[in-house]
Order: sequence, then C-alpha cells, then structure tokens
Amino acid sequence: MSVVELENVSRWYGNVVAVNDISMTLQPGVTGLLGPNGAGKTTVLHMMAGFLAPSKGAVTIDNSPTWRNPGIYRTLGLVAEREAVHGFLSAYEFVLACAKMQKLPDPAAATARALSLVEMTDAQDRRIETFSKGMRQRTRVAAALVHEPQVLLLDEPFNGMDPRQRMHMMELLHKLGDQGHTILFSSHILEEVEQLSGLVQVIVAGRLAASGDYRRIRRLMTNRPHVFAVQSSDDRRLAVALIGEKSVSGIEVEATGLTVRASDYGSFTRALPRIAIGEGIQLRKLLPSDESLESVFSYLLEA
Amino acid sequence: MSTVAYITVRGLLGRRRVLLLLPLPLLLIGLALICRAYDVSPDQWGQPVVVGLGLAVVLPVISLIVGTGVLGSEVDDGTIVHILTKPLPRRDIILAKLLVAAGVSAVTVAVPLFVAGLLADSVRFGLALVVGSVAGAIAYSALFLLLSLVTRRPVLLGLAYILVWEGLLGRFVSGTRVLSIEQYVISIADRIAPTGMLDGKVSLPVAIVMSLVFAIGGTLYAVNRLGSFSMAGETS
Repeated sequence: MSVVELENVSRWYGNVVAVNDISMTLQPGVTGLLGPNGAGKTTVLHMMAGFLAPSKGAVTIDNSPTWRNPGIYRTLGLVAEREAVHGFLSAYEFVLACAKMQKLPDPAAATARALSLVEMTDAQDRRIETFSKGMRQRTRVAAALVHEPQVLLLDEPFNGMDPRQRMHMMELLHKLGDQGHTILFSSHILEEVEQLSGLVQVIVAGRLAASGDYRRIRRLMTNRPHVFAVQSSDDRRLAVALIGEKSVSGIEVEATGLTVRASDYGSFTRALPRIAIGEGIQLRKLLPSDESLESVFSYLLEA
Repeated sequence: MSTVAYITVRGLLGRRRVLLLLPLPLLLIGLALICRAYDVSPDQWGQPVVVGLGLAVVLPVISLIVGTGVLGSEVDDGTIVHILTKPLPRRDIILAKLLVAAGVSAVTVAVPLFVAGLLADSVRFGLALVVGSVAGAIAYSALFLLLSLVTRRPVLLGLAYILVWEGLLGRFVSGTRVLSIEQYVISIADRIAPTGMLDGKVSLPVAIVMSLVFAIGGTLYAVNRLGSFSMAGETS
C-alpha cells in the first residue's frame, strides 16, 4: 500500500503559474484527475512521476521525494501522454526490456503476465510501429505494469481506444485499485471518470478546486440548486404541496413528471417522503438528474 | 545497463539511418585507393585525405551523427521516458549510451583511417591513426551526448563546434586549439608514428589531459543533467 502526497505544491514557468499551492493525498484505489485543458493536470502528474521539480512544496511517495530519485520507479509506473515507444522493437521485446531494466527476478514470466493482462499476447511478436493507437497504448500500459508497481499514474489513458478496449482497461484499473494499488488517471472524458471512480481531484486554473467523492462534492455546493426528476401518482398535487417546502426553490410540471430544484439536498430528500405520505401520493421515481460529473465540473468552473 | 545499450544499438543500427554512416568512410577509402592506384606521391595526397578529410571531417561528423543519435533522438521523440522510469542510476544510462556511441563511431572511423594510413605510409601510421581516432571518438561522443541534453539543437551546435571552432578558428587563432579535439587526435597520432603528414599543434600531455577532461567532464555533466530531466506538459 503506497500513498502519494503533495504538500503545498506550486510550479511556475517564469511568470506563469501552472500549479498553485496544491495539497492532496492519494490513497490506494482509483482516483480521477480532472480539469480543463491547460489547468495543470499534466504538470501535477509529471511532478508526481519525478519528471518535474516543484518550484515550492514537496511531492512524495511513501515519504520519499519523487524528484531526482530513480529508486521510486520500483513502486511507480507511469503511462505518459506522449505515445512514443521504441517502434522498432516488438511488443514482447519492449516489455521484456522494461522488465530487465526493473531488474525483476524472472523478466520473461513478468513480461508474459503483463502482456496477457492487457490482452496483447497474440500480437506480441509484431513490431510496435505496426500497431494501432489502442494497441500501442495497451503495450505501454503493459510496460508500466510489468513490475507490478504500487502506484500507477496514467495521463489520458483512454485516448485512441475503442469502446471494448476502454471497458477492458477500466476493468483492469478497477481490479488493480481493488487489489490495493494507488491509481491516478487524468481524463477529459467525464463519463469515464464517473464510471471508473467516485473519487476525483478537480484542478481548475492550477488550483485544486475540489477533492473527494464527486457526489459529495456536489452536495456540499449548497448555493447551487440540486435538480431532481420526480414522478408520482399525482404530479400536480405533489407540486402544490412541495412548493410550500422551504428547501424547494422551483418546480416545473412536464408531461413526463416534475423537475424539482432544491436549494438544500438534505432537507429536500428528507421532506419529500414526508410530504408524499401526508398527501397520500405514491412516489414512482426520484432521480437526481444533474449529478453527472459534467455538471459538477461546470459548477466548479463557474464558481 | 546492458539492456539500455541493447535498445540503443537496435535503435541506431536497426534502422535505415545507419546508412548515413557509410558514405564518408567509403569516400575516405576510395580517395586513398585512387591516389594509390595512380601512383600519386603520398606527400601530395596524404595530408589532405588523412587530415583534411579523415580527422577534420569524417571523425567529428560520424561522432556527431552517432553521438546525438543515441540520446538526442530519444529525447526528441519522448521514448527516453521508458528508460528514465526505471530504477537505474542515471550514471549507468549515460555510460551505456556513451559506450555505444564511442564504440560505433570508433569502428566506423578507425577502419577507413587505418586503410588510408596504410596506403599513405605504413602499418604503424595506420595504427597511430586508429589510436588517435578511438581517443577522439570517446571525447567527441561525450561532448555530443552532453549537447543533446543541454540544447534542443545538438546537431546544429555540434556542427558549429566542428566547422567554426575547429575548422575556422582552429586554423587562424592558435589559442582555440587547446579546446579542439581534432588537435588532440593529431598530436596523439603524430607522437605514435611521426610523419610529415601530421603536424601536432598542441603538446602530447595537453592532448591527453584535455581529451580526458572532455570525456570525463562531459560524462559527469551529462549524468547530472539526465538526473534532472524534465518533461514539459503539452497542455501546460
């Protein structure tokens, strides 16, 4: 079990501040790193991976600094955004070379295991330059996993993968996370993060805008109304009753049901069943309709 | 270290780029053979071919192609990341790269120089050129390896060193010769096999000490630079 820690980390290039006073702790499990382009995600990943010195603060894995410390690569695997690989090697040769450079006791067995983990065994003897984008990506993941690192950092790992490969990669990351590996991946495709991980670190303009379970983050933003889709045995009567409730700030009556905006998540979800029972109305559906990561993210951007 | 060297050799020799290394050595051997075939006196062709082409052009240019190829191309295309994300001491990576660069350059240059030296004078002169070019290949390789870590245009800077510093200033400004690897090679070879063809401008101790300074200093500095290798994010 390894812990990655950023302590008041800033990074600037000349006058431009790329990362501004970020502190975060990554525990075992899968965490998503989110943010718009240029927010500083890659800079954060590079500092964690020891490829960039923090201008201020400390980046550590299990209390050892990542900068100028090649020893951390025993516990760390990196899948960088740039997809360059030694294309003149076959997938097997490439992963085997990585296993040997890791000084593993049985490089051949580790190579076979890593390649089968990403389902590349059938194509392992072809030169990497003949591979599609997705196959290259999987080969790079195999290379990063060959020494079974406790910490795995992936920069936009789903780029160029087809839906089936994505599913497979997500399952793989989940499995590794469940086994106690600490996994951080960045992505701009929010559905991916949502499916893969409830835990997010959101970076906006170089600052850590939010951190934790994204549903809880959403709930904490009480100044933004929460939107619910409600269906019941009598929508209109329910609407009349609900509008008297303090936590409700607006209701729309539609053919498919009610859209209720609530200013306080907790009070509304407690009040709704009470009101429904009191009025003798049967609730058929209650769905928080804006809890997708996309909406969490746009709220944070507006804030 | 052996795996790094293996990947480096595969990258260097396993591709078409290796053909770039052939024309200059062939030209050197070809010119020497033609002069010999037409019975031209070695006094006339020896210096222009061996020094003017061999030591002033073939040795540094081959070392430049190879020396910047072993590391600079990996830095350029980003594949260096796969080697750097391993728990290898940075010293081992640099030494493996240097070994491959100096070895390939030395073989590529020493063979044609030996042939030219043999045709121009004697086996002894040929061997003197081999020793000189091996020493030169090591010093040049360390220098060009370092250049590929300190600048994004190592080939341009290397060419400037070869053409301007060694070629132009070395000829007219005597003080610059102390920092010219070509001059060390000439002095070392001239000391082993004195002929009229080589005209060493720096003393042997200076040549040996300065070759070591280039080789060791360049390597140490390169190890340090590789230790703080940074990746700039594409989006930041």
